[in-house]
Amino acid sequence: MAPILQIKNLRKTYEGGFEALKGVSLDIEEGEIIALLGPNGAGKTTLISTLCGITIPTSGNATVGGFDIQRDFRAARNLIGLVPQEIALEQFETVGNAVRLTRGLFGKRRDDAHIDKVLGQLSLLDKKGVRTMALSGGMKRRVLIAKALSHDPRVLFLDEPTAGVDVSLRKEMWEVVAELKRDGVTIILTTHYLEEAEAIADRIAVINKGEILLVEETDKLMQRLGKKQLIVDLRDPLAEIPAALAGFDLALGAEGRCLIYTYDTQSERTGITRLLSELAATGINLRDLSTRQDSLEEIFVGLVREDAA
Amino acid sequence: MNVIAIWSIYRYEMARFFRTILQSFISPVISTSLYFVVFGTAIGSRIQEVEGVSYGAFIVPGLIMLSVMMQSISNASFAIYFPKFIGTIYEILSAPVNFLEVVVGYVGAAATKSLFIGLVILGTASLFVDLSIAHPLAMLAFLVLTCISFALMGFIIGIWAKNFEQLQLVPMLIVTPLVFLGGAFYSTSMLPPVWQTVTLFNPVVYLISGFRWAFFEQADVPVGLSLLAIAGFTALCLGVIWWIFRSGWRLRD
Repeated sequence: MAPILQIKNLRKTYEGGFEALKGVSLDIEEGEIIALLGPNGAGKTTLISTLCGITIPTSGNATVGGFDIQRDFRAARNLIGLVPQEIALEQFETVGNAVRLTRGLFGKRRDDAHIDKVLGQLSLLDKKGVRTMALSGGMKRRVLIAKALSHDPRVLFLDEPTAGVDVSLRKEMWEVVAELKRDGVTIILTTHYLEEAEAIADRIAVINKGEILLVEETDKLMQRLGKKQLIVDLRDPLAEIPAALAGFDLALGAEGRCLIYTYDTQSERTGITRLLSELAATGINLRDLSTRQDSLEEIFVGLVREDAA
Repeated sequence: MNVIAIWSIYRYEMARFFRTILQSFISPVISTSLYFVVFGTAIGSRIQEVEGVSYGAFIVPGLIMLSVMMQSISNASFAIYFPKFIGTIYEILSAPVNFLEVVVGYVGAAATKSLFIGLVILGTASLFVDLSIAHPLAMLAFLVLTCISFALMGFIIGIWAKNFEQLQLVPMLIVTPLVFLGGAFYSTSMLPPVWQTVTLFNPVVYLISGFRWAFFEQADVPVGLSLLAIAGFTALCLGVIWWIFRSGWRLRD
């Protein structure tokens, strides 16, 4: 079956010469959740905006459900729902009217039963007659999702859906996304949280400086990215790693004043408990413990190096 | 044609109008009454008649035009600038609608609002002066066309504006002087010959003249020319908006 979304060599150069997209190509299958992972300014929002018609591409093309986003914009956009990054709502309008407007813009007749269903899914039904100004930030974000779902899109773009959202609401959002996936909706979400991509995406596309660095299944990518380090500060410096600890992936740091243990967060056993027991058994006194994981930027650097190798 | 989208935009915009219906109604009533006090009573006591029509009645078409033009511009410019300002424009740009559908929705609502205000002023004016309309249908046609064409202009201003100051700039610096110098409160025939010629370069003269003809069968310029001017202005505005949507100027980047 043809991918529901096909992007071919999409470029966007803004006035002033800034190249936000440098020939992005990507195929997305129907029903999958794909996370566009990248730091601020990577081109995630520009990519989504271009696909949704908010920004005009400089060159290249893309199709949604086989319809060209520029030539057959009506058919393509009919399939799309968009949840923007910024909360944009008219404060004096009620939730119900805001959702009704979006449904109407997509050429769908007024259907209060459907709108009630969507609002119910997002725990907003009791807020239908409430003005959006009276809602909390999390609720406003859910209203944006309700608007995007008001016309039954087959492809949903979520631009940083959990930016500035607390932990419980983030989990709630993930549940909404999972439910949409069960309904067969294809979801493209942008995030700069690795944890978020890992939790909900089937595939992760890493994007930086307007280029897609790699696209990989989440499980496989996490195996590559899941390394973490345990830093053991020692009371007395070591000249070398004791032979009893040879079985561990250890390195000496800070002129022998700390041991650095690299382990895989994805594996069933990290080996930390065993290492600490061995350290005690060999009579090494500890002063402090800390852990460290590569930042997204460091991971990107690593990925670029790997790709170049 | 996405008729449902047009209707949705129109209804949404009109809902904002109905939320403040009292202000929308009272404001033109008060301002019209004030105009009659100032122009009708103060000046009218010195100028009894203009070309056989009492001065009080003579200024009614000009008064209506003045308000309708300003209201059309301000309604339409605000209607499109506000979504740009608060960010909700994204849903118009990402919806399966073309430029004409967006324009019909927004401009239609803006024109309806100013038409309502124009009729309120007409009603208020009829309380102050004896008013007869020689060609009611032509009067309505001129009124509707003016509402639409100036709402189109307001729509362009709303897209062009980068802040609220710019939103006020064109109506204040260009449209208001053109209306006041366009024979709203006098006949251009009352001017010296040189200024009569200069006035012909003011497009508003043609609109007010045509509108006044519908009331009193008196015109500063031929009625056909007035209709041509308003049609040309509408076509020009539509052309500019078509180009804006096509290029994405100040909208899609």
